Amino acid sequence: MDKKTEDIQIILATDCGSTTTKAILIQLVEGSYRLTHRGEAPTTVEAPFEDVTRGVLNAIMELEELSGRKLLDGEKIISPIQEDCGVDIYISTSSAGGGLQMMVGGVVKSMTGESAQRAALGAGAIVMDVLAANDGRLYHEKVKRIRQLRPDMILLSGGVDGGTVTHVVELAEVLEAANPKPRLGINYKLPVIYAGNNKATDAVEERLGEITDLTTVANIRPTLEEENLQPSRDRIHDLFMEHVMAQAPGYKKLMNWTHAPIMPTPGAVGEIIKKIAEEEDISVVGVDIGGATTDVFSVFQKQFNRTVSANLGMSYSVCNVLAESGFTNVARWVPFDMDETILTNRIGNKMIRPTTIPQSLEALIIEQAIAREALRLSFEQHKEFAVHLKGVQQERTISDAFEQTSSGNTLVNLMELDMLVGSGGVLSHAPRRHQAARMLIDAFLPEGITQLAVDSIFMMPQLGILSTIHSKAAVEVFEKDCLIRLGSCVAPVGRQKEGQPLMHYEIFLESERISGNLMPGELKLIDAPFEPFRAVFTPTKGIDIGAGKNEVLETKVFGGVVGIFLDGRGRQPFTIPAEATERVNQLLQWSASTNEYPTMEAA
Amino acid sequence: MARSYTPGLKILSRTKVEKKRQLPMKGVVHKKIGDSVAPEEVVASTEIPGNVQMLNVANQLNIEPGNVPECMLVNLDEKINKNQVIAESKGIFGFFKSQLKSPIDGTLANVSEITGQAILSEPPIPVEVDAYTSGTITEVIEEEGVTVETEGVLVQGILGIGGENRGILEVVTGSHADELTAELITEDHKGKILLGGSFLGMPAFEKAKSVGVAGIVTGGFDYTDLSKILGYSLGVAITGSEEIGPSLIITEGFGNISMAARTYELLSNHAGEFAAINGSTQIRAGVIRPEILIPKEEVSDSSEKVDESDLAISEGSLIRVIRAPYFGRVGKVKTLPAKLTKMESETMVRVAEIEFEDGSSEIIPRANLEMILT
Repeated sequence: MDKKTEDIQIILATDCGSTTTKAILIQLVEGSYRLTHRGEAPTTVEAPFEDVTRGVLNAIMELEELSGRKLLDGEKIISPIQEDCGVDIYISTSSAGGGLQMMVGGVVKSMTGESAQRAALGAGAIVMDVLAANDGRLYHEKVKRIRQLRPDMILLSGGVDGGTVTHVVELAEVLEAANPKPRLGINYKLPVIYAGNNKATDAVEERLGEITDLTTVANIRPTLEEENLQPSRDRIHDLFMEHVMAQAPGYKKLMNWTHAPIMPTPGAVGEIIKKIAEEEDISVVGVDIGGATTDVFSVFQKQFNRTVSANLGMSYSVCNVLAESGFTNVARWVPFDMDETILTNRIGNKMIRPTTIPQSLEALIIEQAIAREALRLSFEQHKEFAVHLKGVQQERTISDAFEQTSSGNTLVNLMELDMLVGSGGVLSHAPRRHQAARMLIDAFLPEGITQLAVDSIFMMPQLGILSTIHSKAAVEVFEKDCLIRLGSCVAPVGRQKEGQPLMHYEIFLESERISGNLMPGELKLIDAPFEPFRAVFTPTKGIDIGAGKNEVLETKVFGGVVGIFLDGRGRQPFTIPAEATERVNQLLQWSASTNEYPTMEAA
Repeated sequence: MARSYTPGLKILSRTKVEKKRQLPMKGVVHKKIGDSVAPEEVVASTEIPGNVQMLNVANQLNIEPGNVPECMLVNLDEKINKNQVIAESKGIFGFFKSQLKSPIDGTLANVSEITGQAILSEPPIPVEVDAYTSGTITEVIEEEGVTVETEGVLVQGILGIGGENRGILEVVTGSHADELTAELITEDHKGKILLGGSFLGMPAFEKAKSVGVAGIVTGGFDYTDLSKILGYSLGVAITGSEEIGPSLIITEGFGNISMAARTYELLSNHAGEFAAINGSTQIRAGVIRPEILIPKEEVSDSSEKVDESDLAISEGSLIRVIRAPYFGRVGKVKTLPAKLTKMESETMVRVAEIEFEDGSSEIIPRANLEMILT
């Protein structure tokens, strides 16, 4: 990239997903950066191509066709700009090739083990297993597991600086005995990062220095009260580029094309989620549902967390969603009767032909039902992982003694959640934004008042990497073209007797005042644009809308392209009728009231 | 003319096939370039490290970890037998010594003065890789394996379970649209590879297993039956290591779906011939599809080679629809409109106009088409 940042006019960015390669074209239009076109093509890591650049070129060819601008000269991206063709910069993210698969180790599973896991997840990796001195497995079982999994790299941590060395050296000995081989390439040594007790560095070096490609970085947990993840994350990223990407089909070529190092997709999405939370000073949950994995990101109390559910996705691992959630849980979202064998065969066929898309409405409804379960399960996993640091000494007063809380409780508080952002094909490409909003609400079950948004056309990964080299362009496109504000969900928490309202609502739109009672089981949608509207919510006895049980909440509530949802279907617990006919009727009613599948109703 | 790339499975009547036969780790290659090999011939072998056991010597002898190395009675890499005394404490003035016996046959792999542990390794486990198909060695990857080249019929399926198997190919159904039922399987089918048509039910699979059939190729199979065979639900399509009896390959997908006529016809033409079958599937990066390979001794000039331009759909291309509502239907591409088109699902997609064999036309998303390589 020879041009100065401020002179850049046209940016080409791709994201090589496990299923689809997405290309976007950003151009400087009347002084501000805007997304102008988007193209996509199946990712080509499969034979006979076995070359990711083929899919990239196909996606760019589609961009050329749609934009009318020549971007390629044969199989070369034209850069710098030549008259009316080419681009100033080209950047890319990638999760193809199965992403980055890691094993991590720590002395105590819930302390250094968890910190190591956080470091790896934050760098965009899939954590295959966590080894710990106290994980309950015998030595030979650990050795066997390491040999079996063949990770791309291992992050070993353990102990605070200056503490006992025995346990972390013991883990190094387990690795030494396993003599692990990398997943890709038989001829190079497995990268191992040591980020543990500095007193054990020499002993670890002695054991692993020769048989692995060992590098040492600062301790991930220098003291019990402190976590230092960045040095490990940076090193993971460097090694990802050097080893993993270089081994994947076609990546060497792609790495030569890009003007900035290729970033793992989840790392890039994490950057954008952090930016939203920082700029608006809010708590955010973001989700990126892909073909093979679902990533959940959250910022609560200014703490960023990311989890990846490695086998919860919409194509490659769609059958695993079915296996983990069970047929009944998927079928509870389908508003028609369907035989178990037919439904499971349909889902199975999506797994074995992952790049196909739903042509019929029935197929779309089934995919969106599965998506709800994939999102729900991923969020469950995230809640268990996004916790306060464990092992930290807490000062307690007498009053705390009665609360019985311990360190390590979850940071995720749905009542505190300000915004829920969705990304990934099934959410971004839902034919109606109403469907995306419904999937987010049904899967995450937000409580109180929560804003909803989706990534318009699934471009958060590309904007994430762009933000690292051209922040202005990334922010402008993000605000104007990427984030679609769907509206808000207002969901009272608590049980109410049948026939008794959950709350009374009054929303002061620009030209009218909308008011009424929200009954248990009801789902309403109020048409309101993306603006803050004054609202008064008066809960009935025992119900909480965010101000506490029985407390009236006078606040501002945002509309959006879909509107304001008033969700009386219950929280803690949320229920759907078990009986088939009743369930179908209820689902159809909710669909109708939220304009989810209007063509089905018409049919 | 508009073009669109699409994935396609290989269904080739005559092609050159290269099979990499590699060890999981470095070892010895037994063949050299130019050697002719038979399917069952071992081309490379190695030994993978045996299971390890860790003994906490310091604890068991009640000594400091730092003193462990000097208490060991065997050297590193030395062979040891089960119950052999391998460590002994110094005791007090030579008395009250404690001894430690080896729990396994193997070698002493390591001793740590920090943790006080000794690592014992069981004897290595031999691993052999055979040629899989008859052919000629065209490449030797030093210490890793070989490439075997052969010519023959190659058919890829969409999903398989069970690993490599081989046998004589036998056609058991009357047509590509017929179900392979249990009644059609007899004791004579032991060790053979059976070609079925549209569907294989659970009773037929059980019968094939009890008879000792080597492999089955069929159009469709139920996902719920697959779960019954495996004993768990297949969550991610990464298969090959299952021990289920016959290797099973489905060519079309889950459900009752007729095998593509071309696939059925091609394989039927080679009934009675030797076939190598591999159910291993990996639908992820570096995709591996299951395959049936019928190697041919004689070399022909008419070998088909597939390159990526063959997978570019253009007007006139022969295709098959791979998703409902037209799943399995074959047709020709009439036009490839550049504009996005709205489907019944309201999804806006790039489409192709397809003329089916019965003369009717439909608009189908390009992503739901599969090229038929002719």
